[in-house]
Amino acid sequence: MSQSRHSRRNTRGEISFQKSEAASLSEGENEEKTGALVVLRRGLQVSPELRTGAGLTVLMALIVASGSLAIPVLIQQILDQGLRGEDGLRSNFIYISCAIAFFIVSFVIFAQRATYNRLVRVAETTILELRVRVFRHLHRLSLADHQESRKGILTARVTSDIETLSQFAQWGAIAWIVDSVIIVGTLTVMAIYSWQLTLVVIAIYLPIIPILKAIQQQQFLKYREVREAVSETLGQASEAVTAAPVIRSYGYQSSIRSKLEMANQNQYRRQIKAHKFFALLAPVMDTFSALSIAGVIVAGSYLGPDMGLTSGEMIAFVFLTTILIAPIWELGEVLDQTQTALAGWWKILSVLDVPIEVHEPESGEKLRPGAVEIEASNINFRYRTGSQILSDVSIRIPAGTNVAVVGETGSGKTTFVKLLARIADPTNGQITINGVPIHEIDAESRHTSIQMVPQDGFLFDQTIRENVAFGKPDASKEEIQTAFQSLGLTDWLNKLPEGMDTQTGSRGERISVGERQLVALARAQLANPGLLILDEATSAVDPETEVALVSALERLSQGRTTISVAHRLSTAEKADLIIVFDQGKIVETGTHQELSTQNGIYADLHNTWMGNTQTI
Amino acid sequence: MQPPITQLEGSDSNQFRRGLKLISRSLKLRPFSHAIAITGACLFSIAAVVLTRVLGYATDDVIIPNLDNNSLDKRDLWLAFTLIIAVGLARGLGAFLRRYFLAGARYGTELYWRRQLFNQYLDLPMSFHRKKSPGELLAHADNDMMIASLALMPLAFTIGTFFLTIVALVNLFLIHPAIALIALVLFPLLAAMNKSYSQRVVAPASSVQEAVGNTSSLVHESFDGILVVKSLGRGDQEVERLRESAEKIRKHRISVGRLRAIFEPAIYALPNLGVIALLMIGTWLIDKGSLTIGELVSAIALFGILAFPVRIAGIFFEELPRSVVALDRIDEVLNLESSQHQHQGTKAISSEPSTLRIENVEARYDDQLILNNISFSVESGEVVALVGPTGVGKSTIADLVGSLQQPTSGNIYLSNTLLNDIKPSDRTKTLTIAFQESFLFADTVKENILLGRQFTDRELQEAIEIAQANDFISHLPDGLDTQLGERGVTLSGGQRQRVTLARALIGNPQIIFLDDSTSSVDPVIEKRILDGLRTRKNISLVIVAHRLSTIKLADRVIFLNNGVIEGTGSHQELMRLEAYASLAKAYEKAGVDS
Repeated sequence: MSQSRHSRRNTRGEISFQKSEAASLSEGENEEKTGALVVLRRGLQVSPELRTGAGLTVLMALIVASGSLAIPVLIQQILDQGLRGEDGLRSNFIYISCAIAFFIVSFVIFAQRATYNRLVRVAETTILELRVRVFRHLHRLSLADHQESRKGILTARVTSDIETLSQFAQWGAIAWIVDSVIIVGTLTVMAIYSWQLTLVVIAIYLPIIPILKAIQQQQFLKYREVREAVSETLGQASEAVTAAPVIRSYGYQSSIRSKLEMANQNQYRRQIKAHKFFALLAPVMDTFSALSIAGVIVAGSYLGPDMGLTSGEMIAFVFLTTILIAPIWELGEVLDQTQTALAGWWKILSVLDVPIEVHEPESGEKLRPGAVEIEASNINFRYRTGSQILSDVSIRIPAGTNVAVVGETGSGKTTFVKLLARIADPTNGQITINGVPIHEIDAESRHTSIQMVPQDGFLFDQTIRENVAFGKPDASKEEIQTAFQSLGLTDWLNKLPEGMDTQTGSRGERISVGERQLVALARAQLANPGLLILDEATSAVDPETEVALVSALERLSQGRTTISVAHRLSTAEKADLIIVFDQGKIVETGTHQELSTQNGIYADLHNTWMGNTQTI
Repeated sequence: MQPPITQLEGSDSNQFRRGLKLISRSLKLRPFSHAIAITGACLFSIAAVVLTRVLGYATDDVIIPNLDNNSLDKRDLWLAFTLIIAVGLARGLGAFLRRYFLAGARYGTELYWRRQLFNQYLDLPMSFHRKKSPGELLAHADNDMMIASLALMPLAFTIGTFFLTIVALVNLFLIHPAIALIALVLFPLLAAMNKSYSQRVVAPASSVQEAVGNTSSLVHESFDGILVVKSLGRGDQEVERLRESAEKIRKHRISVGRLRAIFEPAIYALPNLGVIALLMIGTWLIDKGSLTIGELVSAIALFGILAFPVRIAGIFFEELPRSVVALDRIDEVLNLESSQHQHQGTKAISSEPSTLRIENVEARYDDQLILNNISFSVESGEVVALVGPTGVGKSTIADLVGSLQQPTSGNIYLSNTLLNDIKPSDRTKTLTIAFQESFLFADTVKENILLGRQFTDRELQEAIEIAQANDFISHLPDGLDTQLGERGVTLSGGQRQRVTLARALIGNPQIIFLDDSTSSVDPVIEKRILDGLRTRKNISLVIVAHRLSTIKLADRVIFLNNGVIEGTGSHQELMRLEAYASLAKAYEKAGVDS
């Protein structure tokens, strides 16, 4: 039976090894080193689910371990007591002890079932709660933390990092609990038979720790090289695929082919190299296993007679020695997985340390319906780790004004309007809406009164109706219809294959950019806001949608304060007030008439634009 | 008891046959590696069985005489010692050979398949790439490849353990037929349990995968739409949405865990129950004198090593269908006939001056008619603008004249020679295309312009100057030798387009097709580029344009709508067409991009 454990784990190790290799392909970042205990302590603190009944878990693991230990003890008892009692074979003793062993082994089946169920349940509940907790925290983070460049990392924290942790919980974590109990249990039973021989076994096994560590380290390094080689190959392949037309029309195949071949060969070589260390584990383990068995037999033969060791005890001891190798081997193999999982766990936990910057008031003031007045005084904004985006911006926008915000990319105009929607708070300075500081306004009221329509009119992968109702989930079908109707979009809506129930596809890709904005406008209309913030679509919208968009917008802005981030200067021409941003500052304000004669930045922008669209 | 066979009956025999085919393909590619790996596995099996017999020998000849009768023969002791070590080493060596050479076989097979795949990516016609997303094609080289080759891993193991089963059974028979009988009852039972476990776990395991995928896309979507979520204050609802989705993962994982909890402990306990039976029968046989204690010890140890082949076979058959499906996806690409075997032109054409003529061309994409009976020609020295709404087929024309796609009917002539008859190198020298998407390779600026072609430094410099790229290239850290891409410098959209323009106009091609390739370039610079191009003698330009300023630079405008040419003439003339005028108005409104 000892062999069975050994080999089973050997196999499982191989399979889980494959899996961890696959999982790590997506891991691009360098693992930081944090002590396992530090991670564990913080992890337990964040996830109280893990702490409940930890004692019970250990007790159950003990019962599981006793299943493995029952057989060698039975062998010893039968050989020493049953087979060679005073009067030969003691059948009754044998039957009774076998019955006891049978009972223990069967009982352990059920105990082990309960243990697995328990461990899986605890692990999965912990992981679910952790995922939700981190996701909630991420959603509360300021927009600065949601910059485009970091989006992938944030997403990974609640997807692939959590998955890695979960994979570990299914194999590695269970292995740690069960295996350490088996090792301790086996050594204990061994020591009861003969502490001298136990010391011999421990002495033989001791060198395995540094050897395993060294192999692990090499394996870790080599697999990092494999990952690099794989991403290099994929990078080359990605060029070959995305640049297909260029490669073909310029006859560039042979050059790309040799690059691909080089990357491919390199990947192969690195994989083989890395695998060598994995393969090396087997002879190392087998050598130690053989050494320990042979060592026990030799030591037992010399010391045994003087210690009064029976042959049954000696044979049981040999079996116990073979039991010992399996958990050691398995722990050696999950070590790498454990490191990765701990590093991943730490990364997930670290997210919770990122401070939340926008705090909603307990009982804030409500905004009255109707157009709002806005005042920004001396506001500054900088990302926590980045450069100054806005400096000393002050502006008063009377209720009902139609404002166009213009400026080059990176001038701060988009950040400015985001602050007005309180998607982030200014680093200093104050924004008031109807005279109330923005951070004192009730969140619910603010979300209804201030509606922002983003540039790409981002839609969720749902129906148009659900997307419109996103801000007001209890809205009836009629209300939504009215929203479209009041924007003059009923015709457009009816032309869609399934009207309001048309699926918009992932990120709204099934409908055009212009149409996405129409849906976003309807969403805003439904909320009946006092302030409408609009980030104009940059890409050309097809003529028909353009007409619908312009007229819907005109209707939507009636009776409200409207602030548009204008990418087309035709919007600015019609505005009551133009605010020109340059390098984080407001440099010009006024109407089109005033600004176009001023020879400033606006006039420049306008001239370039005119140059591009001269009279037809 | 033959676990692999039992497993086989349960699985879809067609699936199994295809799995064997997959394996035999790898065997042909890497016969040597597979052979050593299998030899290693058999060595492991023999050593494992021999070790049990050595333990029996040690029991009877060393342990019992020494401890029970106090008569230790030191020669026997050291013989046992040496044998255990030697057999242990042999077992380790066997495992090493299997693991190491199996890796060689697996990754070597991957290497070959991946090479074939890459060749296909380079040689298949453009229509293939238009149909497939890059992500899908990369997945073939990455994930699909890994899963397909996973089926090779247990091959040597399965053969080795099959061998082990036979050797171990024979040994049990030799020890005592009654003992072999216990094994014959026990192990088929074990195989049946394994099979049942494997079958039942499939559904919840794939539910887990699905739930993980759903949750992942939910998170992506939620963070992509963070602005909307935040501005509408829907964070809490998003958290609820995630909880619901993640709850499904939890539920399915717990069902997988429950199955595991039912089967695994029983599967691992079964050999132990066998050992208990063995002890009962064994002691009786020992008492009767037909079995020694050493033989009983051997038998117990043999029971141990017999238990695991069953598990291996289970894993082998669990993975096989997935691998077959993954290889199917790869084969779908490998089995396509590449253009290398297609007709290639051989005719040379005189280099100048050149004309382009398109006659009654019809083009389809997936049976959808894109271009319907299009005819036009471009004379030497002429500048023609192609105008039309998005999706009308302007880029299809670029594909057709670049031989990236074949028309379903009609002909294209370059300098009065049928395009398909022209030697590819002559065609690319005479006619170049600057594509809509300015693709740059992770290489130097210079290589990105040359793309392996031979040009003089003067030609290179001239191309850079006309493309108005001189200014920014000279400001790059290493000038023309600056590395671009992931590990190098990132260029802005307009700069990228100017590099790809230089690529298209180097070496004085006679016809240049600009497929909206100046859209990110400032209009003022665009005008300079086009003016610069016009100083070249006899050069013809076909420009796909979305800007009025560009359109106005053309000698002639061709207006495409609904797959046909609706009008040809100057911009002024075409303004009389209602469709053209409304499109022009939209372009005007678009104005300056941010």
